Amino acid sequence: MAGNNPNAKPMNLTLRVWRQKNRTSPGQLVDYKANGISPDMSFLEMLDVVNEDLLRAGQDPIAFDHDCREGICGMCSLYINGRAHGPERGTTTCQLHMRHFSDGDTITIEPWRAAAFPVHKDLVVDRSAFDRIQQAGGYISVNTGGIPDANVIPIPKTVADKAFDAATCIGCGACVAACKNASAMLFVSAKVSQLAMLPQGKTERKTRVENMVAQMDLEGFGACTNTGACAAECPVGISLENINMLRREFISAKASSENV
Amino acid sequence: MILEDTQISAATLDSKIPEGSLAEKWDKHKFNVKLVNPANKRKYDIIVVGTGLAGASAAATFGELGYNVKAFCFQDSPRRAHSIAAQGGINAAKNYQNDGDSIFRLFYDTIKGGDYRAREANVYRLAQVSVNIIDQCVAQGVPFAREYGGLLANRSFGGAQVSRTFYARGQTGQQLLLGAYSALNRQIAYGKVKMYPRTEMLDLVLVDGKARGIVVRNLVTGKVESHSAHAVVLATGGYGNVFFLSTNAMGSNATAAWRAHRKGAYFANPCFTQIHPTCIPVTGTHQSKLTLMSESLRNDGRVWVPKTREIAERLRKGEIAVADVAEADRDYFLERKYPAFGNLVPRDVASRNAKQACDDGRGVGTSGLAVYLDFADAIKRDGQAAIAAKYGNLFEMYQKITDENPYERPMRIYPAVHYTMGGLWVDYNLMTNVPGLYAAGECNFSDHGANRLGASALMQGLADGYFVLPYTIGDYLAKTPYDKISTEHPAFKEAENNVKALTDKLLSINGTRTVDDFHKALGSIMWEYCGMARNAEGLKFAKQEIRKLRDEFWQDVKVTGLNEELNQTLEKAHRVADFLELGELMVDDALHREESCGGHFREEYQTPENEALRDDENFAYVAAWEYTGAGNQPVLHKEELKFENVKLTQRSYK
Ligand SMILES: Cc1cc2nc3c(=O)[nH]c(=O)nc-3n(C[C@H](O)[C@H](O)[C@H](O)COP(=O)(O)OP(=O)(O)OC[C@H]3O[C@@H](n4cnc5c(N)ncnc54)[C@H](O)[C@@H]3O)c2cc1C
Ligand code: SF4
Ligand code: FES
Repeated sequence: MAGNNPNAKPMNLTLRVWRQKNRTSPGQLVDYKANGISPDMSFLEMLDVVNEDLLRAGQDPIAFDHDCREGICGMCSLYINGRAHGPERGTTTCQLHMRHFSDGDTITIEPWRAAAFPVHKDLVVDRSAFDRIQQAGGYISVNTGGIPDANVIPIPKTVADKAFDAATCIGCGACVAACKNASAMLFVSAKVSQLAMLPQGKTERKTRVENMVAQMDLEGFGACTNTGACAAECPVGISLENINMLRREFISAKASSENV
Repeated sequence: MILEDTQISAATLDSKIPEGSLAEKWDKHKFNVKLVNPANKRKYDIIVVGTGLAGASAAATFGELGYNVKAFCFQDSPRRAHSIAAQGGINAAKNYQNDGDSIFRLFYDTIKGGDYRAREANVYRLAQVSVNIIDQCVAQGVPFAREYGGLLANRSFGGAQVSRTFYARGQTGQQLLLGAYSALNRQIAYGKVKMYPRTEMLDLVLVDGKARGIVVRNLVTGKVESHSAHAVVLATGGYGNVFFLSTNAMGSNATAAWRAHRKGAYFANPCFTQIHPTCIPVTGTHQSKLTLMSESLRNDGRVWVPKTREIAERLRKGEIAVADVAEADRDYFLERKYPAFGNLVPRDVASRNAKQACDDGRGVGTSGLAVYLDFADAIKRDGQAAIAAKYGNLFEMYQKITDENPYERPMRIYPAVHYTMGGLWVDYNLMTNVPGLYAAGECNFSDHGANRLGASALMQGLADGYFVLPYTIGDYLAKTPYDKISTEHPAFKEAENNVKALTDKLLSINGTRTVDDFHKALGSIMWEYCGMARNAEGLKFAKQEIRKLRDEFWQDVKVTGLNEELNQTLEKAHRVADFLELGELMVDDALHREESCGGHFREEYQTPENEALRDDENFAYVAAWEYTGAGNQPVLHKEELKFENVKLTQRSYK
């Protein structure tokens, strides 16, 4: 039963899914059949169907992270056929639809792979390292209340728009999963750039970049070797320019470090 | 109608509205509340459940003030709360556009939009603090849209006659939440807030009648643990997912609020739900959620269906294309029925009319449950580039999901459950009737009456968290001794045991139907009989059906796996068990409210023009329900609403 296309034909697929009981046990790829899949389904709805079948058969369903299913919360995180969030550019897993696959396909589904993102179970990974990086400095130190009127500081539209572009990072971790070094540079640079561009964020720009980079290193993310794989797979198009900006911020911060 | 065995409480429900004129109440109250000495704040512990806009802003602000805070969310990070998905914007009475906005106007619009079922004093305060929210967010680095001169931009939203909506492209909720998340992170780094992600609250703990803690389940290890505090804030969002299909995130649930309700907190106006007119229609039984298309689309899109059933039928079968339908054969029903507001009528009116057109057999799409939202005229008038500049990202999202190009053919839309105005009853201080238990954001019932205006939920969440709770909770704590209660206290142990027993029960039934099966069945009962239009007969039927379904659930649900592991089926089972009780309460509430108002449309109560017919004489009150055990009739407590500053009028959009 398709949305507007009475001719959409259901597909039969084979899934090769990473199953892993918990953080410490080893995992493996297991094959499942996904039959009668409508091209109008989202990728996660396809997994729902498979899981319902598993449940009815008394088997443990496949665990995967998801929440908004609208491409904005950053919770979904599947590595599909060797690509973070699958084959469509600029698309999160939850916004990927089955019409991009064909009848008879075999689809391999794995979790994000990175030392800093250990697997909790099956396709669910622990991304708390990202939160700790933000806690290290991804904020402007203002308390609630006592703030002057919002229009006291005009911000040129071009600056506000660029800061917005950087601010749209959904924290999904696809950049890390796509990078052969498992580097988190794109993620970190998005926040550093957003706040460094805005007048409100300039006061703390030096300590911010130093502390966030230090935390990133501490978490065990790899070094950036400029492959650009991160930006190519980023579902919201965070640009590599941000990494350049992070580098400039970092160098100038170190040159006159306030972190002594 | 009130079911015979429903008791109505004679006691008055004290909303603790301060004395004085509307404009003075909040300032006076802030002066009159007791303060906690700065050096003593660290002696108090506060639990905040939920870290969406309301919870994150509250937790961060409590931390800044010096309290010890523990915050909880079920996602892997506070940055992912459902608030992240809000698109359109946030209202504030800044009057930057010099177009006649004011605190009183925002107050008035909110009361009127809520169809006169909200409390004046709360709404006025909301309008007052709205201006501070924008200042706060800008200071945090939230990149709101700006004009070329560098000042903040505004738009008019949801048919408002002034431009008071601040926005960050189509991602306002994301940017506001990330702002609150950054403030929260700063307090986590300082050690003032301890954050527990992937942790679900499963019970509230009372000691001597006061809220003193919660019992949670660690969603990774399954461990059940207690946390003790001097006060508990619930900011756990709305319950729209009782309908299974809604625009809410998949994990949005009523469990925290419902378990508090079971412990004595009243649940107010549960039947007030908002159905949003512009969502992408259902494509099949596999559908897991519905996607909202921003309301702003109705500024340029024209809503229509074919004039006749025959043409609609041929469209559904694919025998003719949309382009083949002659202009004369199209019924632009909103423009026809509401010449003054046209396509911009409020959400409830637009939704109901779309349903009527489809019920009449004139719906489109293969299912017949869709109407067109057509941009052809706008594109002809303004050019494709202008339309793309306004709605480009929405058109792209639509195409991603439906595989259709809205520049070339009209969108198909259908109403979907979007927001719940009802929630835990709170007084002016946002405290529930349980001392020490507060509710903020969508999970309380407070400010939107029977219908919420666009861009007002974000405003309310942040108002509650940044600017209201930090004052009112201090007043309570100042009167509370420092003594901490150990989690070894029998009340904690009992609650832990109850949670464990419930989990064991869910895991042991080992029946034949999945949790989703039950959830979908409940959703279709709710949608059919307690959705866009309701009547006594249907509601009575629904009540019986829900009871049957609930019995079946406890006999026949299948939950696999163990407690001691990451078990998403078990998580869902807990939530659906609560939805199965909440659904019945919604039906009770809808049945007892013999009037139509806002999102609550009772077919028996309509004007000759089929518009909602309010009954101010008999129903100008908040219905707050007290739990008396599953399957027992709840007790109704009424809070009479007094309108001293606005005149009650029938809404008219003709
Ligand atoms: C698609 C969409 C678009 C919207 N657009 C707008 C808009 O443009 N403007 C506007 O004003 N409003 C909009 N709204 C409404 C608005 O987004 C919400 O009402 C608001 O964000 C709710 O915020 P909240 O903080 O109350 O709850 P939420 O953001 O839902 O947060 C709930 C929190 O509680 C936690 N939680 C829940 N249950 C438990 C539990 N048992 N244990 C532990 N933690 C728990 C969650 O993890 C989460 O952190 C929109 C809503 C939707 C669905
Ligand atoms: S930079 Fe892109 S890929 Fe990386 S976390 Fe942010 S949104 Fe995801
Ligand atoms: S589930 Fe939220 S981005 Fe995919």
